[in-house]
Amino acid sequence: MSEQLALLPGLLTAHLQLALVALALGTLLSVPTGVLVTRRRSLEPGILGVASVLQTIPSLALLAIMVPLLAALGGFTASAFGVELRSIGYLPAIIALTLYSVLPILRNTVTGIEGVDPALSEAARGVGMTDGERLRRVELPLAAPVIVAGVRTAAVWVVGTATLSTPVGAPSLGNYIFSGLQTRNTTAVLVGCAAAALLALFLDQTIRLLESGAAARSRRRWGAAAAVLLALYAYTGASFVAGRASAGARPVVRIGAKSFTEQYILSEMLALQLRRRTGGPAEIVPSLGSTVAFDALRAGDLDVYVDYSGTIFATIMKRTDPFVSREAVLEQVLRFLADEHGIESAGALGFQNTYALGMRADRAAQLGVKTISDLTGAAGTLEIGGDYEFFQRVEWKALEERYGLAFAAQRSMDPALMYEAVRAGDVDVISAFSTDGRIAAYDLVLLEDDRGVIPPYDALVLTGPALEERAPGARAALGALEGAIDEATMQRLNMAVDAEGRSPESVARAFLDGLP
Amino acid sequence: MIELRELTRLYGDTVAVDRLSFRVDAGETLVLVGDSGCGKTTTLKMINRLVEPSSGQILVDGDDVTSVPGHLLRRRIGYAFQAVGLFPHMTVSENVGVTPRLLGWERERIEERVDALLRRVELEPADYRGRWPHELSGGQQQRVGIARALAAEPELLLLDEPFGALDPLTRDRLQRWFQGLRRELSLTVVFVTHDMVEALLIGDRIAVLRAGRLVQVGRPAELLRAPADDRVAELLATPRRQSEVFERLLAREPT
Repeated sequence: MSEQLALLPGLLTAHLQLALVALALGTLLSVPTGVLVTRRRSLEPGILGVASVLQTIPSLALLAIMVPLLAALGGFTASAFGVELRSIGYLPAIIALTLYSVLPILRNTVTGIEGVDPALSEAARGVGMTDGERLRRVELPLAAPVIVAGVRTAAVWVVGTATLSTPVGAPSLGNYIFSGLQTRNTTAVLVGCAAAALLALFLDQTIRLLESGAAARSRRRWGAAAAVLLALYAYTGASFVAGRASAGARPVVRIGAKSFTEQYILSEMLALQLRRRTGGPAEIVPSLGSTVAFDALRAGDLDVYVDYSGTIFATIMKRTDPFVSREAVLEQVLRFLADEHGIESAGALGFQNTYALGMRADRAAQLGVKTISDLTGAAGTLEIGGDYEFFQRVEWKALEERYGLAFAAQRSMDPALMYEAVRAGDVDVISAFSTDGRIAAYDLVLLEDDRGVIPPYDALVLTGPALEERAPGARAALGALEGAIDEATMQRLNMAVDAEGRSPESVARAFLDGLP
Repeated sequence: MIELRELTRLYGDTVAVDRLSFRVDAGETLVLVGDSGCGKTTTLKMINRLVEPSSGQILVDGDDVTSVPGHLLRRRIGYAFQAVGLFPHMTVSENVGVTPRLLGWERERIEERVDALLRRVELEPADYRGRWPHELSGGQQQRVGIARALAAEPELLLLDEPFGALDPLTRDRLQRWFQGLRRELSLTVVFVTHDMVEALLIGDRIAVLRAGRLVQVGRPAELLRAPADDRVAELLATPRRQSEVFERLLAREPT
């Protein structure tokens, strides 16, 4: 608990920064647009339509889509204007959250201005106001309570949605939730949820005070609310500047982690190794989407992360042809990364984390299943569960074709829940990861890939082009881990987190301390 | 002095105001009367360009009203209407001082002007300056509305049924009060009403409109003596008929 709470000030501040900046930008964008709509009625269907469509895009998708969009845009701005855009981190999160805040503010601005008594608009013109004066002195002040109510709605949405910034590399209270769910740390999940809810409630009540103060024309009430908001802005602004200043002083190596236990442990291990060997700072960007991490490394937004040869082979190189051998795949992958993307490997860690079909041992024995071939006949009566990407991946297509697998049902689910589902008998087969600690803990067996369909998944420490520049000696430090972890060790480390409830950081530290 | 020349306003195919021409002399009050939809309000709003004419011309003191931007014109012409339209987020003094503020008067001059006007409309400044519009009665609101219209010292005042929504006692009191006010300030006034009693009481001259056209314009006595047609005669007869009914009712009561 205290370990979780220690992270709270940093994540809360980061979360507040995201929410407040997005809200400010959303307001600056939406209020003038709303005014424009009330002036040019022909624009209303178009503009409100676009805002409504933005709102219907699932928030996680809106955030995720910003990463490739910004990467593409960044390529253009870098060549055209020499301006580098970061495709992960604050920028995609802020843009997506800002867009998300538009609709309620825009709609309320239009409603608020249209709700002004026509007699007052006539009076405003009658006393000699220009259109601009009428807007500033009469319509906006009178519409203010309605507009502020829109900002309040947006604030609650944005605080909630900001938890989804974590997978695009912007730290937020979502860090608790994403890593907590993957490492089965309920405390972390609860701390994240409670903090986000309390923050939303706090902003909601503060803005409500602003709203009722504006409605009652109570300068004291809205002044107090405005002072609280200004203080929050000043605080987040100052912490942003302070963060920039300390970051500017020394280049920080950024280490990515995808959203599963093994990645959390390995990222902690790499960070620790770098700090110990180079003396330089290293920070972890946790819970990234799978391709988000690769795109970020390529773009120089990350310096290091661990990926698997088979994942690059299948997902990035889009190879569907049968592979020759573990060594051949590794060689092809390394050549592709170096030639196409300027990405190097600091070494293979020594274990594979392959996709493997897993079943409960008693169920497999009952059905007499040892290999995937054994499954072919029984599949029609069985259900399979896979992680979100599994059924879209070429490995699954290859399995289906080469083994003629046709399950009664297939379900996509969160990897953490997938193991619980097979343990409870809700599904019969899962797309397990071979190093997962829960395989042993839940008494699962992995079926042999007797036709050699699933490619090898050597864990590789991938390094981006700017690593040596940021931390001289880093490649050598990371290279020291080559071959240091075998499959059994990785399973044990994963289990220490998943089953014993230890933190990834302490597991990683204990492992490094035990190395010769 | 105001002069309307062949003023016309179309709304689609409907003619709201049809080639209207008349003059209002300096210091004179002209009352526009007629049925609902006869074009009297449209005519009034064309004078300060809240409505732009489809054709024709309006001269104020010899200058075409289109020679200055509409909002600058309106700062020189007082305007008050039945709905009053006091700004609910401004105090009484802020409402009254709104046009002087737009004109960039100095604060002290505005404050003095506001206090003088509040006294003029018989609202004690010390009591009323800081009040909000919703704290005022209907009659008080309209007096503040007229004070607001007079704030920038206009010579011309346009009033659109300003007393139409008030109770009879308040209306009667304000009508008489307004008579004194406009004489003291020697205002030129165009006043729209559909109440003939009010028209006869307030107007130096009365213009009768029907379907956007001017039927007759003249001093009340002239209209009474020589109405242009039966309907004008009937219109002018309504106050007398009402007072006869009133007399009969009184006579029937035992005293």
